[in-house]
Amino acid sequence: MHDLLIALQAFYEEYGVLLLEGIRDTLYMTLLSTFFGYIIGLPMGIVLTLTDKEGISPNRIIYTILDVIINITRSIPFLILLILLVPVTKALVGKSYGSTATIVPLTVAAAPLIARMVESSLKEVNKGVIEAATSMGASKFRIIINVLLGEAKTSLVVGTTIVLGTVLGYSAMAGVVGGGGLGDIAIRYGYYRFETGITLITVIFIVAIVQILQGLGMLVAKKSDHRRT
Amino acid sequence: MSETLLTINNLHKTFGEKVVLDDISLEVHKGEVIVVIGPSGCGKSTFLRCINALEDIQGGEVLLDGEKVRKDAKNISQMRQRIGMVFQSYDLFPHKTVLQNITLAPIKVQKRDKKDAEKEALELLKKVGLEDRGNDYPRQLSGGQKQRVAIVRALCMHPEILLLDEITAALDPEMVREVLDVVLNLAKQGSTMLIVTHEMAFARAIADRVIFLENGVIVEESANPEEFFEKPETERAAKFLKTFEFERE
Repeated sequence: MHDLLIALQAFYEEYGVLLLEGIRDTLYMTLLSTFFGYIIGLPMGIVLTLTDKEGISPNRIIYTILDVIINITRSIPFLILLILLVPVTKALVGKSYGSTATIVPLTVAAAPLIARMVESSLKEVNKGVIEAATSMGASKFRIIINVLLGEAKTSLVVGTTIVLGTVLGYSAMAGVVGGGGLGDIAIRYGYYRFETGITLITVIFIVAIVQILQGLGMLVAKKSDHRRT
Repeated sequence: MSETLLTINNLHKTFGEKVVLDDISLEVHKGEVIVVIGPSGCGKSTFLRCINALEDIQGGEVLLDGEKVRKDAKNISQMRQRIGMVFQSYDLFPHKTVLQNITLAPIKVQKRDKKDAEKEALELLKKVGLEDRGNDYPRQLSGGQKQRVAIVRALCMHPEILLLDEITAALDPEMVREVLDVVLNLAKQGSTMLIVTHEMAFARAIADRVIFLENGVIVEESANPEEFFEKPETERAAKFLKTFEFERE
């Protein structure tokens, strides 16, 4: 028992700070990328919903352009996107490795995913409800803010938890090219130095973070859902 | 006759090749209740939806107090605020409470004071017997209660005319009554209404004028509902009314 404690303490002294920093960096990348992803993806999702042929401002040209951009970005595997974007990342952040730099490709990968999530959430809103608002003189802006976003909020929250999980997974992948965070630690220590224990521990942390985010998201979604008892 | 509120001139509406409304003209006077009846698919609902420009029209015009109602007009929001509409499927906002449902448009669209809007909403709810349901969500209400809330939601905008589109068609029989009583009360208070319904007894009781629509044209129009329901002038209206009667030989 005593030996185990000593071993644990030794492990903590050697890797503790490293792992805590890894968790911090992972959260930093995931949350910020998702945030920036929404700044780009949310308006895209709204525009997709509005300009769809069933939407309130059908516009085939705008819809098709966005649709194609999103499909192309979504079909590039993340690791390749990350490499493709190195010049952009360098221009924006000044370097292409480390957690801050990784936010750039993560945001680019998250935005189209978010746009699709938002689009599918908003399209769930009952057409009759939109029509009722229109009949009361609500402008398109009002309908977006109070009806579409307001009525789709449960679905939007569920979408956000899915996005967070996916972005976290991507952030770990970025470890391959020195992206920082838990994925980076797993690659450097677990893969290059054969310290399998470290890999296992990072995996446990990643799973735990995903679980917590998922749990929180579902809790918020449940609270905001007034359609069922 | 009191002054004309709504004028519809030669309204023409098509869905692709199909003509849905063909050369419909109608004048609605202030305080008048007009009931539109006719077989399914005759264009009744579309007719109502053209009046507040939920549908665009291919010909003719709709005038409210002499002002054109057009889907792409700058003042369409103002015009729609003056024309209230209640739908068959209630279409309440599921994530908003009854009170929020009613006051959303008065506050956000008409920029009225929140307190005033809520006060009025509660008064109106009281009139339809739902004063204690303000903080409930739509899912907690029965169909009849939802439809009464939807009527209050339309009334709270102070419309000059109300369009009621088969508002009891989705309700259980015992709930139809409570909704129709609300509408009867509105008629007594002098509201101007254009009603599409399949409830013939109700139509007979409430109508100042009856319009029988079939295949997109007004087949018969009568300012004497009693007479219309007893002895319609056209054979088609007679045949239609016959479908509501049952006889055991």
